[in-house]
Amino acid sequence: MATQTPEHAEPNYIAVFIYLSILTAIELVIAYARPPKLFLVSSLVSLAFAKAVLVAMYFMHLRFERRTLAMIAFIPAILVTFLTFMLLPDLTTRIWASIDAHEQVRASEAAPAAAPASP
Amino acid sequence: MSQAVADVHAEHLHTLEPAESPLTPESWGKLGMWVFLCADAMTFGAAIAAYAALRITNVNWPEPRDILGIQTTAVMTFILIVSSVTMVQALSGVKHGNQRKFTMFMAFTILGGLTFLVMQAFEWHHLIWIEGLSIRTSLFSATFFILTGFHGCHVLGGIIYNSVILLRGLAGKITQANSSLVEIAGLYWHFVDLVWILIFTFVYLI
Repeated sequence: MATQTPEHAEPNYIAVFIYLSILTAIELVIAYARPPKLFLVSSLVSLAFAKAVLVAMYFMHLRFERRTLAMIAFIPAILVTFLTFMLLPDLTTRIWASIDAHEQVRASEAAPAAAPASP
Repeated sequence: MSQAVADVHAEHLHTLEPAESPLTPESWGKLGMWVFLCADAMTFGAAIAAYAALRITNVNWPEPRDILGIQTTAVMTFILIVSSVTMVQALSGVKHGNQRKFTMFMAFTILGGLTFLVMQAFEWHHLIWIEGLSIRTSLFSATFFILTGFHGCHVLGGIIYNSVILLRGLAGKITQANSSLVEIAGLYWHFVDLVWILIFTFVYLI
């Protein structure tokens, strides 16, 4: 079995490591700053995917592989995105049901406190 | 005459060598590892999607940072990233015929994985014995233990895999000639790092 790896340009691994460290530090700053939820989620998810892409491209050498292999590696990302969107219709109904149930619990908790005040 | 026939036969065998894959330039092993990683990625993807679905639909979901220690986990993340760097350095060593660099950085990679597992064990110990969490306590704790536990099993598998590669390297069975074995092991290890990057964000930070 011929298993010798052909030579390709060796990426600057230390530079990739520094980028990953900087992105992780930015993530921590955002997490501790506790910004509005929408900004928190969108920024952290973007940073996480940027880090994942860096690891896949340079540490896993996907950037230097044939395009067909890169497409194979990309399949799980497509399927998981599809899976998440498939869940969305169910999620939206569950979210409303959960909020309704939460409000009912809060109302039932508030009712006994309000009872003595009523004539 | 017989030598000429033998040469032609050897050349014919060479052309039939299946190591030249249309997908990867050098080995079927790498293609096999990528296919395995795709399947594994879908398992993790489904688990993370289920975590997101359960979390979004529960208004009483606790803030993870109030329960989980972000500082410890940030150090664990840093250790895994460093271990990925040592892994590529080990690969660089064996590719260039530097066995000493290869074995030294492989040992560092294994040490990084072990440190990660020990820190995770301490984290679990704190959550279970101090905080009183278990897999049955709540959806939050169940998803947390399943996701981090599944990943921890992968780290353990990676440590064993890398240890085998290191031992074979020390025995002189892995050299520049078959360096792609190290690259294939590296693919698995970097995947473990990649998944942790996502788990760290989704489970601990958000």
